[in-house]
Amino acid sequence: MTRVPTLLRYRGREGMLAWAFHRIAGIGIFAFVVLHVIDIYLVGGNPELYDEVLAFYASLPGRLLEVVLGAALLYHALNGLRIIILDLWPSMTAYHRVLWWGTWAIFIVVGVPGALIIMRPVWLEWLQALGLA
Amino acid sequence: MQLGSYSRARARPSGSRREVYVWYLMRITGVALFVLALAHFSILHFIWDPAEQTADFVINERWNQIFWRGFDWLLLMTVLFHGWLGVRTVILDYVHRPHLRFYLLAVLYFSGVFLLIIGTEVVLTLPVPGAE
Repeated sequence: MTRVPTLLRYRGREGMLAWAFHRIAGIGIFAFVVLHVIDIYLVGGNPELYDEVLAFYASLPGRLLEVVLGAALLYHALNGLRIIILDLWPSMTAYHRVLWWGTWAIFIVVGVPGALIIMRPVWLEWLQALGLA
Repeated sequence: MQLGSYSRARARPSGSRREVYVWYLMRITGVALFVLALAHFSILHFIWDPAEQTADFVINERWNQIFWRGFDWLLLMTVLFHGWLGVRTVILDYVHRPHLRFYLLAVLYFSGVFLLIIGTEVVLTLPVPGAE
């Protein structure tokens, strides 16, 4: 039998995708938390190095990574709430598809403006270069 | 474990009392993090910009009040339970070789204790301006 990656093998439709994204986002956030506790420790231990790390956070690649982090955080939070709702009120399972698309609706409505705010210095500079701001 | 329907991420475990506690703890800390983590991220990305956040900013602005230090410390405690128990579940799901599983879990728990110590130390020892 050919080995198929677990992520592709189990056909659980929305619930399967929700689970896979939840796990991937969770691991990503975990990795950032490790980095972030260490960088905050530098405020007391090595402030100059902390300022250098934060200068990276404020750079273009840093901001793009923050948008990814924010997306992972927002998805994991919203999907986690969806899971808790279904755990507490199993009768809501009848509306699981509504909850799934609701999760994405809130994700887009909150996430897109959030991403624009994080990327503001970048696109403001572009607008200024074009003489539009 | 059998997944009853595709509605739930993980059915509430039965049999092991410890696993039931972990299952509930994930949900309780999850709700807490919905507030704490999203508020923390919003404050430090939407109200303040990373370009402003030097070590000076942390000392004189962000952490000059006990409330916000306590807030961030509570966030750290909650995330250490939720994140570390979450990765524990991932390790238990995928790593079946007993020795490897043991060492990975040991590294995981030690890293959690390490971050708890250095995180608590910086919250407690960073000087509060004007509080001498």
